[in-house]
Amino acid sequence: MQLVSLSISLLIFVFILYMCLEVSSGEFVNTLQTLLSKGNGFHFPPCYILELCGFNVLLECPVDLSALKIFSPIPSHSYQCTDVEDSVSLASNNPSSDEREHKRRKVEKKSLEAKDLICAEPWFKMVTNLHLWDLSFIDMVIISSPMGMLGLPFLTRNKNFSAKIYATEVTTRLGQLMMEDLVSMNMEFKQFYGPEESELPEWLKWNELELLPIELKNILMGEDGATLGAWQSLYSTADVKDCINKCQTLKYAEEACYNDTLSIKAFSSGLEIGASNWIINAPRKNITYLSSSIFESAHAMSFDYNSLHGNDLILFSDFSTLSSIIGASNDANVSGSSQDSQSTATGALRNDLENKDSLISSDDSSEEMDKIAFIGSCAIDSVRQGGSVVIPFGRIGIVLLLLEQISMFLESSNIEVPIFMISTVAEEILAYTNIVPEWLCKQRQENLYSGDALFGHVELLKRKCLHLFPAIHSIEFLKTWQEPCIVFAPHWCLRLGPVVHLLRRWCGDPNSLLVLEQEVDAVLALLPFKPVVLKVLQCSFLSGIKIQKIQSVLDMLRPKLVLFPQDLRVNLPTPSPSSYTVRHYSENETLHITSLKKDFEVNLATDLAFQLRPTMLKQENLAIARVKGNLILHHGKFMLDPVRELVESSTNQRSMKWGPLDPNLLLQALQEKGLNGSFHQEASKVSMILIDDPNKASIEIHAMRTVIRADDESLASLLFEAVKSVLNGI
Amino acid sequence: MVGIECLVLGAGQEVGKSCVIVSFGGKRIMFDCGMHMGYLDQRRYPDFSRIPDSSDFTKSLTCIIITHFHLDHIGALPYFTEVCGYDGPIYMTYPTKALAPLMLEDYRKVMVDRRGEEEQFTSEHIATCLKKVTAVDLKQSIKVDDDLEIRAYYAGHVIGAAMFYAKVKDSALVYTGDYNMTPDRHLGAASIDKFLHLDLVITESTYATTVRDSKYAREREFLKVVHECVGKGGKVLIPTFALGRAQELCILLDDYWERMNLKDIPIYFSAGLTLQANMYYKMLIGWTSQKIKDSYATRNAFDFKHVRSFERSMLNAPGPCVLFATPGMISGGFSLEVFKQWAPSEMNLVTLPGYCVAGTIGHKLISGKATKIKIDRETEVDVRCKIHQLSFSPHTDSKGIMDLVKFLSPKHVILVHGEKPKMATLKGKISSELGIKCYDPANNDVVHIPSSQYVKVDASEAFVHKCINPNPKHFESKADNDSDMDPKDTASLPMKEIEYKRVAEGILVMDKTKRPKAVHQNELLAMLGVEEHRIEFA
Ligand SMILES: [Zn+2]
Repeated sequence: MQLVSLSISLLIFVFILYMCLEVSSGEFVNTLQTLLSKGNGFHFPPCYILELCGFNVLLECPVDLSALKIFSPIPSHSYQCTDVEDSVSLASNNPSSDEREHKRRKVEKKSLEAKDLICAEPWFKMVTNLHLWDLSFIDMVIISSPMGMLGLPFLTRNKNFSAKIYATEVTTRLGQLMMEDLVSMNMEFKQFYGPEESELPEWLKWNELELLPIELKNILMGEDGATLGAWQSLYSTADVKDCINKCQTLKYAEEACYNDTLSIKAFSSGLEIGASNWIINAPRKNITYLSSSIFESAHAMSFDYNSLHGNDLILFSDFSTLSSIIGASNDANVSGSSQDSQSTATGALRNDLENKDSLISSDDSSEEMDKIAFIGSCAIDSVRQGGSVVIPFGRIGIVLLLLEQISMFLESSNIEVPIFMISTVAEEILAYTNIVPEWLCKQRQENLYSGDALFGHVELLKRKCLHLFPAIHSIEFLKTWQEPCIVFAPHWCLRLGPVVHLLRRWCGDPNSLLVLEQEVDAVLALLPFKPVVLKVLQCSFLSGIKIQKIQSVLDMLRPKLVLFPQDLRVNLPTPSPSSYTVRHYSENETLHITSLKKDFEVNLATDLAFQLRPTMLKQENLAIARVKGNLILHHGKFMLDPVRELVESSTNQRSMKWGPLDPNLLLQALQEKGLNGSFHQEASKVSMILIDDPNKASIEIHAMRTVIRADDESLASLLFEAVKSVLNGI
Repeated sequence: MVGIECLVLGAGQEVGKSCVIVSFGGKRIMFDCGMHMGYLDQRRYPDFSRIPDSSDFTKSLTCIIITHFHLDHIGALPYFTEVCGYDGPIYMTYPTKALAPLMLEDYRKVMVDRRGEEEQFTSEHIATCLKKVTAVDLKQSIKVDDDLEIRAYYAGHVIGAAMFYAKVKDSALVYTGDYNMTPDRHLGAASIDKFLHLDLVITESTYATTVRDSKYAREREFLKVVHECVGKGGKVLIPTFALGRAQELCILLDDYWERMNLKDIPIYFSAGLTLQANMYYKMLIGWTSQKIKDSYATRNAFDFKHVRSFERSMLNAPGPCVLFATPGMISGGFSLEVFKQWAPSEMNLVTLPGYCVAGTIGHKLISGKATKIKIDRETEVDVRCKIHQLSFSPHTDSKGIMDLVKFLSPKHVILVHGEKPKMATLKGKISSELGIKCYDPANNDVVHIPSSQYVKVDASEAFVHKCINPNPKHFESKADNDSDMDPKDTASLPMKEIEYKRVAEGILVMDKTKRPKAVHQNELLAMLGVEEHRIEFA
């Protein structure tokens, strides 16, 4: 059953998968691995389907939130009213031919304008290839990070979906809060545009699609229209709640078991608080699912690689170095008055090439802290000049670190400027991060032991240096509001949430500062806010294992087989020294992996072992024994216990004999039974033993067959016993 | 060595200095390292010299596991690590690691400052000892080494209390520590997995024969007497230790104060210690009951609204109040000081736990109607105040013990941490009603228990295949995960979880040089490289 790697298109793959399901239900032959999407950076992790022991396991269910950029942010009062009217008319009536012509001309224009963005309630883009799947085929979902679960309600709201979902407690909670935040930010659009009239929104119809500028069209449709089906209207609060109820949450390294066959355990990956790597054990298989991991974090518990040690197969899914190859420019850019001329900031931060021997150097962490400090100092500069700072980060851990850093800087420079955090879930996120010491880095755990709060924000809230508001509409908020100020507000795509309103207010202020993550396409993101005068600082943060460390990580984990992204192939510097095999995978391609072990391991209870009645085989150094027991599959392991039930279940066992028959031995055996036989050599391969007394009988001996002839039944059975006794058998 | 050997160094037919040394599969684990509050001589610590190879504890023991922060479970740990020199791994839950130093330091102070004793260990000892501890999460599978795996399960009792499962090769056991099968105001009930295939359960048996009624009735009674007292202008003294009971009663009172609108009557905490402890509880809220956990964002239940700290000058201030004062059982210190002032007035009330160690004022108060209590040679106090004995306890009752043992259905049970005659009764019940062999060893006794063993064999695809569930999509899911946290006043163990079982038959081929292999009969001939010999009748 050795199958070689196959590269096939998705459709063929799905077909094959059907066949495999037929063949392998209950039969543990292969593992199939398919990369559905390699994602894009921290906020859009890769997504896979694994077929293991006949079960389909979906790894991650993210949403491509960067695609939200094709939508226009909600129009504001200061915004041109004509735009609003334009979009409303578009949504309700068929545009006149004049308008269409006007639009078509726009399509041909070179540069994108704010007006080109789609004015409608945003839809969300799922993993492209996931919607092609029959959801009822998915048995199990494994989620490694809050980002990896944002698309889950799209699945759970489908009535065909019944898979069991596993994620760590903390991932589930943070993921839930992020989803709830999306829902409430989206509410603003719902209220503005009103309920959707038809199933398919206007902008998704062909005649509208073809009018779209190419940049937007690419995001919307993909190159061949493949991603068109991935768009979904956002889920509701009830969908989120329902989704969370379906998640089985796990503690650190808690073993969970699916159908007693697949046993899984989560260990910290260091990427974000609660984010994890997984060990998946099944009969004859042990797999490490290695997602983006960080060796030393200043917030989350670090990459626990020791616990991943010794598994046969590693699914390497850390694509973080991919973005660093493509966008290997500067990690931090501050753009000046215009976003077109990006100038490198002083003290720009670079990824240092470093000693690859040391996996856990504190460099990673201190480098990240340098970046935080740099952002902090830029923020201080801005408020000193009377500008405000807006930070729409999606990374919870980084936000927490920035809060600590900025407040410290403010204090040390004696500046009294309020810090705001505006989000419907701000209060909950801050409270929650202070009650999960089990998932935080060593230093934070030390805080627990000394009775200090785990994060600085607890103190900031108490001292009223930090103000939390669910939205910017409340009177309470307006009373507290004061500029300049520093604001943390979602969403990083700059289309949803309070950040839109804040940017409108400050985009014309050269002293104000917007801080973005590197992954955000700033040009497109800032399009609706043009002309942009405020400063823009972009900063990349470590999002996985550094290139230089990949090799050492793999070496250390001692796998037999590594599944490695084709796209990162160049990053694996030295080919493995034959200690393990590497197989490369690409998007929409299925790898067939034959079990590394042919046999199952079964634990045989000693009391059952004592019941065995072994037969020594004559020639060989072997003993054999019939064995019968209760086969118990528990957490991916087999045990064979004695059958205790009194009622003997029917047996399928039959007696078997093998090997040639030695006529001399048979004569002896007959003699012991009081029978005298005479030996006659017949043809070359046939001999005959004849018996006269008590009755006539004969035994015809062929190479692999013995024929007994006797009219006397009791004599026949006597002969049968004798023949059996001299043959090897059981 | 075949089997499990248990050396009971403490809490054998008594309550105090819990410590059991379990040797199995070539590993040796110390469960708990407690001290006895009732003794001041060498009997206060377990007799560590009985541990095999006691010249080098680090070599002799594979690891130490501490179940919770009570002194009778952890009190001897700094002494054992810093004075006796044990330097190997130590495991306990996060809350235990965080809160143990408070308990140990408090005890050390009482010993040295108040009784003027020579100290057994110093503050630095406590700090360095706790630095060596590996904190674990609930249900986290920890590989101590290649063969030994341990796991903590929620035990209720106090925050962070855990039962520990330990497995070496094919033998497995559970050491419960102290546990509570019913949830209380701030903690959930004990919760553990079924089908752990246990050879042995070592369980506490504090209430080996008691069966308790509803907890809420008892709580109501407590609230009633407190309310009556303050309603008539009296003062209520609640002597407690800083951690555990203090938080439970505080949640109870804070909640009641809110509901009954009693905010004019202050609730005080005597020392900074309890307020400081609340800081810890706030971060460890994930280890409390589901109800409290769920409310973390809106209001952390350990942000008490009505509780403030007490100044010594308020001792004789007029007006009603409730005061939590350490130490518990009025064994000295501030609670004794307050007692001296408040006991002579019949308006006042003192509440005491159900169990007080002999020799304490608390013990005298609950064991008879004392009207005069001699504090020392010069002082005698007239006791006219009311005494209320709390009837709720963070330990399971006998029904809870039986439920747990039945649920885990181990092959053997060892009872510890109880009173000898009651333990004997429970032992009889376990063997007669559950048919499980049960032991109640005295201190320094050794119990030998056979352990199950498995022989590892290979099995062919066909051998296993016929036994695989033909319909892989059909399975019973584990019972609701959080059922253990139900606020109901009942024990709750996940009852539904089936095990997959099938009868398999085949032939085991044993080769002297290889691992035995189980094959399906149809595979045998090919495996032996022989041809079948048929016997026919003509
Ligand atoms: Zn206890």
